[in-house]
Amino acid sequence: MELFKLIFIEPFEVMAALPDLLLQTLWEGFVSGILYSLIALGFVLIFKASGVFNFAQGIMVVFAALTLVGIHAMGVPPFLALILTLGVMALLALTVVKLVMKPLVNQPDIILFMSTIGITFILIAGGQLIFGGEPKAMITTELGLPTGSSDWEVGGGIVIFQHIDIAAAVIAALLIAGLALFFNKTKTGRALRAVADDHQAALSVGISLEYIWVVVWFAAGVVALTAGILWAAKSDVSFALQVVALKALPVLVLGGFTSIPGAIVGGLIIGIGEKLFDLYWGVPILGGSTESWFAFIIALLFLLYRPEGLFGEKHIERI
Amino acid sequence: MSVAEKLKPETAETILSVNNIEVIYNHVILVLKGVSLTVPKGGIVALLGANGAGKTTTLRAVSNLLRGERGEVTKGDIIFNGEEIQDLTPNELVQRGCIQVMEGRHCFGHLSIEDNLMTGAYTRKDGAAAIKDHLDLVYQYFPRLKERRKSQAGYTSGGEQQMCAIGRALMSKPSMILLDEPSMGLAPQLVEEIFEIVRDLNQKENVSFLLAEQNTNIALKYATYGYILESGRVVMDGDAKELRENEDVKEFYLGTGGDGRKSFKDVKHYRRRKRWLA
Repeated sequence: MELFKLIFIEPFEVMAALPDLLLQTLWEGFVSGILYSLIALGFVLIFKASGVFNFAQGIMVVFAALTLVGIHAMGVPPFLALILTLGVMALLALTVVKLVMKPLVNQPDIILFMSTIGITFILIAGGQLIFGGEPKAMITTELGLPTGSSDWEVGGGIVIFQHIDIAAAVIAALLIAGLALFFNKTKTGRALRAVADDHQAALSVGISLEYIWVVVWFAAGVVALTAGILWAAKSDVSFALQVVALKALPVLVLGGFTSIPGAIVGGLIIGIGEKLFDLYWGVPILGGSTESWFAFIIALLFLLYRPEGLFGEKHIERI
Repeated sequence: MSVAEKLKPETAETILSVNNIEVIYNHVILVLKGVSLTVPKGGIVALLGANGAGKTTTLRAVSNLLRGERGEVTKGDIIFNGEEIQDLTPNELVQRGCIQVMEGRHCFGHLSIEDNLMTGAYTRKDGAAAIKDHLDLVYQYFPRLKERRKSQAGYTSGGEQQMCAIGRALMSKPSMILLDEPSMGLAPQLVEEIFEIVRDLNQKENVSFLLAEQNTNIALKYATYGYILESGRVVMDGDAKELRENEDVKEFYLGTGGDGRKSFKDVKHYRRRKRWLA
């Protein structure tokens, strides 16, 4: 009975009593959810176009942020550094496709997956070798990202909105809108969707798979860079960030590996869900720190009962 | 000059010639054992044979889609419009005007019909206006596609998907289409409709066709010349009309032996074994 009250009654009483706390938690969950979404989006892009589960996506986030900070530290102005970092990501995409994807095409999936683990280690070692392994501060103000916060009075309390969080939400939304436009309105975008559907048929109409792969790896790199900047702006640029990237896995299970809207909604659900659960159920019942595993439990439940995820692409099959 | 003579590969201008090619899958499985054939400019050539005879492999060898299936051409050469093409990528080949419509349609299921057609124009560099005009032309040949242009291709009927696949290939402005098993899984009436369109395209748009078909009857009705493949070799070739009247072809592929239609099980055992290879 005691437990029943703890699970089903008290959390909602607290929510009703302190609406500002609820809103604050929702907002924070939303912001971290956006970042999960961005990381998951990188996975989905590559998975859709090449069927490769890119284990290196997490480290690409760190590598991109590290490159940006590292180039800036060499005395390059911030926006030039940003452009150079994009160049590095394009180069990375080209190298991965030429050296890994192309020689291994038509090999079993597991071999391509293993090769992305290899890429992970190369990026970790390479990043440390070139830029050093110690945590660095993101060049937030230099890039013109806002700092400070605004308060909003609600029901006797206040909700604090960090400006960087608002900026993160806006930038992520712009990036996603940009990608959606690119996919639906451009010739290359249409070719990308074609490759995702049937790469044999795409080859037969003269679409170059190699070119498409470079495009998606670069797009995943841009998404990784964005996620890296926004995430590191709240903490630091360090290799510990890649652990956060592992949270993208439950997001993918939830949203479906092939669905871009799924990655976004999945990220938000996980982000908001883990913050709410931790505050209202985790702390009173389990003594807190549920955030690190909550997402994985959700993923497990999904794997058991709905393995294609919320938005996983339905197989269209004619009988 | 009679029609048959005019269409003889040696006399007419050729667009495609395949010379004695050998294809090996996975480095060990020899599938084509020296296949040669020619397609005259503006012709419809049928490639006939049973399952596993090597029809699809021949088409894939030409369109360079073998690599994706771990196959390779190990001997012989393939010449399209006077140029050796074995080492080109499918992309380069489509740009030169030779495109394959794969067996089983292979439409992009999640793309709309119109988007499917537009992917066919991927390699074109002659501008959006020309592509738009060409799209209208494709819709003229396939009015049904126009009606369904906004539908996801995966949810359209088999016939519509076949039309979509052919229309998509047309969008690349090809001079030659390699058509693999267009009749597969379609109602006889639809098969007829598709072949009528193929003939139309051949005559009005001057597209040459090399088509692989199991439906020997209809293929020989529309083709000008035919090759019969068996176990990776060409065992017979000739004018479509000649082939239609050949006793062996009648017996083995058309099911209408000397004394009218009969079941394959009534064919004398030694004849069945013999085929043309024994």
